[in-house]
Amino acid sequence: MDIFLLEAIINGILLGGVLALLALGLNLIFGVIDVVWICYAELVMCGMYMIFWLHGFFGWPILIASFAAILGVAGLGMLLHLLVISPILGSAPINQLLATGGMLFFLQSLATLLFGTDFRNIGLRLPIIEFGDIFISYSRLLAFGAALIGAVALYLFLSRTYLGIAMRAIAQDREVMGLMGVDQRRIYLITSAVGGALAGLAACLLVLQYDVHPFIGLSFGPITFMICVLGGLGNMIGGFVAAFVMSQIIAIGGYYFSIEISYVLAFVFFIVLMFIRPQGLLAR
Amino acid sequence: MMHEANRRIAPLILAAFGLAVVPFVTSDYVLHIAIQILLWGFVYTAWSLMGKFGLVSLGHGAFLGIGAYVSPLLWNYAGLTPWLGIPIGVLMAVLLALIIGYPCFRLRVIGHYFALVTLALSQVALLTIVAARDITGGSLGMTPRAVGHSWYALQFPEKPYFYAIALVVWVFGIGVWHFVDLGTGRAALDAIAEDEGAAAAIGINVMREKLRVTVASAALTAFGGALLSQYFMYVNPDTLSGIGVSLQIVFAAIAGGMYSAFGPTAGGLFTIALPEILRISMGTNFVGAANTIYGALLVIFIIFMPRGIIGLVERRLAAPPARI
Repeated sequence: MDIFLLEAIINGILLGGVLALLALGLNLIFGVIDVVWICYAELVMCGMYMIFWLHGFFGWPILIASFAAILGVAGLGMLLHLLVISPILGSAPINQLLATGGMLFFLQSLATLLFGTDFRNIGLRLPIIEFGDIFISYSRLLAFGAALIGAVALYLFLSRTYLGIAMRAIAQDREVMGLMGVDQRRIYLITSAVGGALAGLAACLLVLQYDVHPFIGLSFGPITFMICVLGGLGNMIGGFVAAFVMSQIIAIGGYYFSIEISYVLAFVFFIVLMFIRPQGLLAR
Repeated sequence: MMHEANRRIAPLILAAFGLAVVPFVTSDYVLHIAIQILLWGFVYTAWSLMGKFGLVSLGHGAFLGIGAYVSPLLWNYAGLTPWLGIPIGVLMAVLLALIIGYPCFRLRVIGHYFALVTLALSQVALLTIVAARDITGGSLGMTPRAVGHSWYALQFPEKPYFYAIALVVWVFGIGVWHFVDLGTGRAALDAIAEDEGAAAAIGINVMREKLRVTVASAALTAFGGALLSQYFMYVNPDTLSGIGVSLQIVFAAIAGGMYSAFGPTAGGLFTIALPEILRISMGTNFVGAANTIYGALLVIFIIFMPRGIIGLVERRLAAPPARI
């Protein structure tokens, strides 16, 4: 087998890890609150700026800066829920989609206003691992590992803790859970915080690989929604599988054609699959 | 009855006269803004044809992009006049609308899912334009070959010409909106938006009604895109295609009010005049300030005024002030 193709496939798997991590938070929010945060990738952008300023400008150690960013984005998630989502929880789903779409625009413009359109990086470059003739970036490996750990941790949280079980129960039946004495508003707020924290974690890993600029969200946002929908919105395992399918299409498409064409293929694949399996890849 | 009709028509005639007189009394700058408002207002109106029936498409960036690119490409590489190039672009957009619309409606892809499928479509259009950079110029955009004042090439350096074209096209868009609003399809589409299964059960041809409004919306959007590229003499994938433009179209139509004929145009007025005003009053020191305010207003609109600016005005007019 062609060594470059092999490298593309391996990098595709690693990219899949990052995409899976991004999809995880969005999926959680959708599954529990039944809202799609169109501005999810913009929250990641906010997290990346937090790390850039805390580490790159104020000189905080990278781990502490990352931790602060995770908490910060979790806070943003709660704010987003309180200010934007909860006033319109009762209205048409499409209004919720559009309100968070408005937030996308707002966050992008605010970042442009505050930081300008410069590409910034934290000036921390992790080594590249050479494995035979194959080059693998360490930061991608790290992201991949974190995505796996994040997924397992989320799975344990949702299946073993009271809060997690309450979240899943709410996703199944909103009305009855209220009668069972679960405070829906509190669960929603916590879910938003966890979803935000996952976006923050994604930010920590992305900032190692990409320069941050106000429009970076647009390069991850659309593909993340497609992955969530492809996996079946709210279906964590489906999202995980879909992330790797999409990343392979992108990696192998990029190897044979160009990076834009590979994304075109991924989106076309998504559209076609929506027609064949509208309930998601893993639907029975 | 007659009196009632007169009262409705009189302000329209007055407004038409007022719009027709604009180029004789204002500067090129004001005209430039007015042309943009009319052309974008036309596109937003085209979107609201679908939007007001619950078909929230985030794919209109694709139709706009096709309309905007096909005619300049044919003009630059084949020397084909826009009089033929624009219809070809519109036809291609209609074809795409059918390719996406038919399976969507057949398989009942609605709500969130319809929005996301169409969102993918607009990304496909954007990335295809960027990928074909050898002929489209990629992210740098391209310029239709300029020949000066020419009816054949549909190029007019003088603004009043384009103002007249934009005005006629915009009035046509409003006409189509009314045609759809008054036609028999409207009740059917309203019923479909309420409950698709029930609508089908009482004998409404759901597929036909949805496809008709989708095709009309896509065709007008592509036409608007073609005129925008013809007016600006420059096309760029980021300003005429992709998710950003799709969202811009949706937001403007919603901010203005997609349930009224002039709502989307009011959205155009708001989205084009507001950044201009903010830019002039704050200067260029604050890049992004205008958009930040705009974004915040959008969110507030969607939360508090889902029927948009015009919706609010109409409600004020409809409800007479309480007497003490």
